[in-house]
Amino acid sequence: MPELAATHHGPLAHHFETLEQQKDTCTLGMWAFLVQEVMFFGGLFACYIVYRFLYPAAFLEGAHHLSPAWGTFNTVVLIGSSLTMALSVRAAQLGRRRGTAGFILATMALACVFLGVKWIEYGHKFEDGLIPGVAWHPEPGAAHGLRIYFGLYFTMTGMHALHMVVGLVLMVFVALRALRGRYSPDNYIGVEVLGLYWHFVDLVWIFLFPLLYLLGRH
Amino acid sequence: MFQDFSLFPEAASTVAGRVDELYLFLVGMTAFAATGIFSTLLFFAVRYRRRQGRKATQIEGSIPLEVLWSAVPLALFVFAFGWGAKVYLEVHNRPKDCMQFYVTGKQWMWKIQHPTGQREINALHIPVGEPIELTMISEDVIHDFFVPAFRVKRDVVPGMYTSIWFEATKVGTYHLFCAEYCGTKHSQMIGEVIVMDPADYEQWLSGQPAGADPVESGRLLFENLLCATCHEPGPRQRGPSLAGRFGTKVGTQAGRQVPFDEDYVRSSILDPMLDLSVGFEPVMQTYKGQVTETNIQHLIAYLKSIGAQPVAGETSAEGEEL
Amino acid sequence: MTTSARSSYLDAEPREDNYLAAGYGIKSWLLTVDHKRIALLYLISLTAFFTVGGLFAVLVRLELLTPQGDLFQSEIYNRLFTMHGTFMVFFFLLPSVPAVFGNFLLPLMLGARDVAFPKLNLLSWYLYVAGGLLSFVAMLAGGVDTGWTFYAPYSSTYANSQVIVSALGIFVAGFSSILTGVNFIATIHKMRAPGLTWFRLPLFVWAHYATSLIMVLGTPVVAVTIVLVAIERLFHVGVFDPALGGDPVLFQHLFWFYSHPAVYIMILPAMGIMSELIAAFSRKRVFGYPVVAISSLAIAVLGFLVWGHHMFVSGQSVFAGFVFSLLSMLVAVPSAIKVFNWTATLYRGSLSFRTPMLYALGFIGLFTIGGLTGVFLASLAVDVHVHDTYFVVAHFHYVMVGGVVMAYMGGLHFWWPKFFGRMYPENVARTAAVLIFAGFNLTFFPQFLLGYLGMPRRYHAYPEEFQVLNVLSTAGASVLGLGFLLPLCYLAWSLKYGRKVGPNPWHAAGLEWTTTSPPPKHNFDAIPTVEHGAYAYAELDAEEVAHA
Repeated sequence: MPELAATHHGPLAHHFETLEQQKDTCTLGMWAFLVQEVMFFGGLFACYIVYRFLYPAAFLEGAHHLSPAWGTFNTVVLIGSSLTMALSVRAAQLGRRRGTAGFILATMALACVFLGVKWIEYGHKFEDGLIPGVAWHPEPGAAHGLRIYFGLYFTMTGMHALHMVVGLVLMVFVALRALRGRYSPDNYIGVEVLGLYWHFVDLVWIFLFPLLYLLGRH
Repeated sequence: MFQDFSLFPEAASTVAGRVDELYLFLVGMTAFAATGIFSTLLFFAVRYRRRQGRKATQIEGSIPLEVLWSAVPLALFVFAFGWGAKVYLEVHNRPKDCMQFYVTGKQWMWKIQHPTGQREINALHIPVGEPIELTMISEDVIHDFFVPAFRVKRDVVPGMYTSIWFEATKVGTYHLFCAEYCGTKHSQMIGEVIVMDPADYEQWLSGQPAGADPVESGRLLFENLLCATCHEPGPRQRGPSLAGRFGTKVGTQAGRQVPFDEDYVRSSILDPMLDLSVGFEPVMQTYKGQVTETNIQHLIAYLKSIGAQPVAGETSAEGEEL
Repeated sequence: MTTSARSSYLDAEPREDNYLAAGYGIKSWLLTVDHKRIALLYLISLTAFFTVGGLFAVLVRLELLTPQGDLFQSEIYNRLFTMHGTFMVFFFLLPSVPAVFGNFLLPLMLGARDVAFPKLNLLSWYLYVAGGLLSFVAMLAGGVDTGWTFYAPYSSTYANSQVIVSALGIFVAGFSSILTGVNFIATIHKMRAPGLTWFRLPLFVWAHYATSLIMVLGTPVVAVTIVLVAIERLFHVGVFDPALGGDPVLFQHLFWFYSHPAVYIMILPAMGIMSELIAAFSRKRVFGYPVVAISSLAIAVLGFLVWGHHMFVSGQSVFAGFVFSLLSMLVAVPSAIKVFNWTATLYRGSLSFRTPMLYALGFIGLFTIGGLTGVFLASLAVDVHVHDTYFVVAHFHYVMVGGVVMAYMGGLHFWWPKFFGRMYPENVARTAAVLIFAGFNLTFFPQFLLGYLGMPRRYHAYPEEFQVLNVLSTAGASVLGLGFLLPLCYLAWSLKYGRKVGPNPWHAAGLEWTTTSPPPKHNFDAIPTVEHGAYAYAELDAEEVAHA
């Protein structure tokens, strides 16, 4: 008969019977959470699709205001950060404390590079007067619907960036826990679900990049 | 409080009776189901109330019953769908040759214009027995044109034309309500539809200050705004001819086929570059800020009225220059 | 093993280590991770928001006693009905059953010690309270007047009220809903006791599982809709503003894509309660158990496909209208199936008419009417006439109040002794149930008639000929209000003076009844091993005889 596990300070939470149950449950929980993230960004993608259909010229013009160079660079950076995150999970699986925390730090660094580039890009848009409601003075003759394009651009990349910031905060927690030895080869689910979250953030960008940056470019 | 009290609305249009028939069928179906369920519940409640020495009989279920009470409601509901769809087509599909009225909704009033040019605010006089079509647009938020006695209703949307048609069958005065919440005075955005004998309607029309009818107003605008310069055959024609185009399809430079309808005319006036016709230079200016929604309605009325004429190099195979 | 799980069945002494006694002081409640305490935290805040929403309703009905808008100015009236709607929908109806009953009972029914993510559960409550407080602050700062559906472009461009703060409150509360859904999905999948297979689960669990799917899939869409409205208000992007090239009907698609499934978030858990009450008070397993279980999933899936039936007159195509109308007819079928199965459960049962059963029977009647009037609305030609009239108001109050609230009250009375170890006073409770049923019908049935007559909703003043029916409706609302006041009083009274009860005062089946009332903090001394299906009344009766 299973007994009440006295687990206040062990890796097994009081309401789980086994570590495996705990791990499976956390994984399922994160997947369920990611499904709702898909629906959230899905709503934005639906708006994008509608307005791209209505204003194809504006979307082409808007995309030409973006820098495919920076976009590509950022894509590589973010994919790289997914790699470092995967390596962090691997290190946790192997019980390497400093490796786990180190790779998380690398991920954070790459994420900050990404956000830094976005800051630069946003700055350019400010100078060009392409931020609706903040600084909007496009060249005369701009296609109708350009404002909506940029509104969607900033909303979608902004929401994505917000999710990255949340990821950064979570990474700080997980890195600290890793350094304190809270993870072991039997129990590294915290790192793993963080990894899942981060891969999802990466995936959203993989969709955003071509839809926003690569329209009309071959 | 008890004056004019009734439990059922008057039916004053050609479709009202058919909507009411469906409604009463659904009421009957609901009453039947509710009575059936209630009486079954009551019967079971009495018959199977807890008594000493009598235990409940455990019953798993019954596939035949499940099939029965899935299939029967499904059949009834699909029947209701079919009937509703059929009557909806009657409500939606307008006869040819309706009298064309134009309606603009704005916070918080209805502006209505008759085919012969007379204008009304919050009131609509119409002749009985004539099909009436209203082409509607809003100047601000979404409103809704609702005449309970006719059983018709349609949202009035900014930026997009919607239309509604009805044929009144009884002389009388009926409520007009705004039925989409539109802000502070939503419940004061009401009016009357006054249905009159044709002779009385004519008399009423002649008693109103005569305005130019929408088609004539539209023609004047077409000239004064210099649309004719580019859009009629002539030395400076740079845009497509518009005569007889209403109801046809336009090939746009983005590669789409869009209908030449009210919304197309409106968006071409306000944002010409959006759905530019194939084969023409992007030189048309926008008239945003220079024309009101009413102006646009008049221009539409005018364009609808100019029929197909042979134009140089376009529609006529004989290519007779005008 | 069944024997040891049942050994506490006859133990009438409440334990000292029950969850209520485990720790005193406000900190032990505000920092609890015990799902049972969190459920009670929700119960208190839900009651508060229900009262606020109810007060707004009283004011609305008072205004509508007379045809003129003479009690309040239009600006105020528009805020009253809007906030009645937002508080009731987002801060009462949506969380109600899952937050109180789901939280308290799911681990017990599953033979688990807590939900999958207890700390997340507490966070859910804080998010809910934060969202509610934001909306409350919005109310104090002038209120919002867009209607709970905050259609664009009125909400995004024209409204001169606290749209963003209110919308933010709903956004935050939506997060609470999402996290609860995630928690329940993980709990139901991964924390069932040994032997508890899916088809041995109580139907309450199936219902909450289906609900959680909707919470997770649907809520993010209204979240992004709210973000877009806020961005529109702040930056005038144009996404919903036709003057800038946007499409206001797009807002409606995004909004209703969530808000239609949302009504199934409200009704499905209530239907879960219904199955438990009908089974317990007929002492029978629910007729057609597998069909009822699957019907919950069917409602969840089909519920995502019908949102366009809110937009039949908004300018969508005839074809779209046909598709949504037909699909809406389909979604009515699984609900009808449930009603028939519950009724059939009474057949050859052993029925007792305690208060929970009165609420359950009331639900069946009122939900039948509410659900079938949904068929009126799904039928295109009729909907053209009654859309945005009091017919719609009557329909949704029949399913929301006549359905969800009745089930909530029934569940509250049924599980009250489990939550607190005390029984409520039966006679006054029955009186309240009857008052609520009568008051409800008097309030809302006349509104069907008003709707078909053509009285639009959200009207502050109306033509004189509508007054009689409005007066009847307001009279009913007074009775209904009184009806709700009674439980507020006697349930509170029972906490101190109610008769103490043992683990299973109803002799009901279900794992929650095998532990003490109130349960110990850790729910079960030993995780039970389940050997038979839900509603094992035959076995229960046999054991009772054996022990007697």
